[in-house]
Amino acid sequence: MKYLCLVYSDERLLHSQPDSPKDTECHTYAEAVQASGRMLAAQALEPVRSATTVRVRNGKLSITDGPFAETKEQLAGFYLIDAKDLNEALQVAGGIPAARVGSVEVRPVRELNL
Amino acid sequence: MTVKAQVEAVYRSESRRILATLIRLLGDFDLAEEALHEAFFVAVERWQQDGVPDNPRAWLVSTGRFKAIDRLRRQARFTPLLQEQAEALEAVEWSDEDVEDDRLRLIFTCCHPALAADAQVPLTLREICDLTTEEIARAFLATPATIAQRIVRAKGKIREAKIPYQVPSLAELPERLDSVLRVIYLVFNEGYSASMGADLTREELTREAIRLGRLLLELLPEPEVMGLLALMLLHESRRPARTSPAGELVLLAEQDRALWGAALIAEGCALVEQALATRRFGPYCLQAAIAAVHAEATTAADTDWVQIVGLYDVLQRLVPSPVIELNRAVALAMRDGPLAGLQQVEGILARGELLDYHLAHSARGEFCRQLGRMKEARQAYEKALGLTQQAPEKRFIERRLAELSG
Repeated sequence: MKYLCLVYSDERLLHSQPDSPKDTECHTYAEAVQASGRMLAAQALEPVRSATTVRVRNGKLSITDGPFAETKEQLAGFYLIDAKDLNEALQVAGGIPAARVGSVEVRPVRELNL
Repeated sequence: MTVKAQVEAVYRSESRRILATLIRLLGDFDLAEEALHEAFFVAVERWQQDGVPDNPRAWLVSTGRFKAIDRLRRQARFTPLLQEQAEALEAVEWSDEDVEDDRLRLIFTCCHPALAADAQVPLTLREICDLTTEEIARAFLATPATIAQRIVRAKGKIREAKIPYQVPSLAELPERLDSVLRVIYLVFNEGYSASMGADLTREELTREAIRLGRLLLELLPEPEVMGLLALMLLHESRRPARTSPAGELVLLAEQDRALWGAALIAEGCALVEQALATRRFGPYCLQAAIAAVHAEATTAADTDWVQIVGLYDVLQRLVPSPVIELNRAVALAMRDGPLAGLQQVEGILARGELLDYHLAHSARGEFCRQLGRMKEARQAYEKALGLTQQAPEKRFIERRLAELSG
């Protein structure tokens, strides 16, 4: 089963806390998940100030600056993993270094009905 | 005994074990519940013809499983995906030996921390204790529709997020066990000290919580499980003395100790000793130990307050909380006098904690009363009165206020 682990944190604090993970630590963890065979994809994201939101209404494209919604914590990165069940997914999510300063939302992936 | 009565007796003693195994074999709560009922339905007829089988439980599991697979196959004519599911289920091997593990799996799944906190209790009472949604709703003063919805959502999450039906690994056990113990203690507390409404206790809930505690101890003899069961038994032992015949609240110090349940106390104290001897005890054991010290005192005046304050100190270090601090303040007042207690309570309130907790203001009122500071006592009791929703508590505080003005 696939799970998307969404890493949220307050961007302004993510890199400035005593417990903040360094890039090397994040990379090492991603490699460990990769080695365990559970990794499908993982990326860190640029801050939301770089975000652009796109909508199509009545066939018309609209483009606006900024994220979909202003929130206290922002999406900082993600892991897409393959896990046996939720417990295994939670174990992987709990190991993501950014979980120490932010939070990780674990969502099962819905297979499209085709 | 008629066959029908025999089937009913098997239902009462075995239905939860059978359900627990069927959930594992069928991988779905709803499918397992339907299968369970079909199996018992078939049993009434078949046992009349063929006699009661040697192992009724194994017969019922096997029949329920067969019925569920059969139904999936019939539906598979319209939904081809179900054919695969039926085949997968048929391939699962099972033996009746695993039944105790299945019960433990069921407990850990119903109390999984990934489920909404307000769904864990109803799901546990529904699946493990076999209370109806109406009974659960009545016990928690909610509507059956609300309770049913929480249960449906929880089952949906188990299915969609794929919460596994398993006993946690040793590494996960401490955190997961905490969650199970919390659910059981919540059930107990709601029964022992109903948060709202006319009655002080709701016996059916304390009974179910103790039953759950016993079951868990049987399946998983961990020190904190012993501690929780002991704590519940020791509290339960005081129930006959906690309310007057008129339904009024009677404080611990004023209770008729002859009414305390001696058998429950003996069992509780033995469990506390057993748990403390493991040296791996936690907050439930410590709270049970405090209750045991109370239980062992033949009169309120005989209570070993030095030991109780000491146990609260350890508890406060282990799990710091203002409520424990408040209880410690009450014990401290008994040891060192009301002024010592008052200083502690005022310290807690000054930090802005427990401002909305009626017992903090009640305690403050009581200490002031004992110190002869009647005006402050009255103010504190009035504050407490405004904060409690529970009728016997309200009447108790009103009596105190009447005494103060008298």
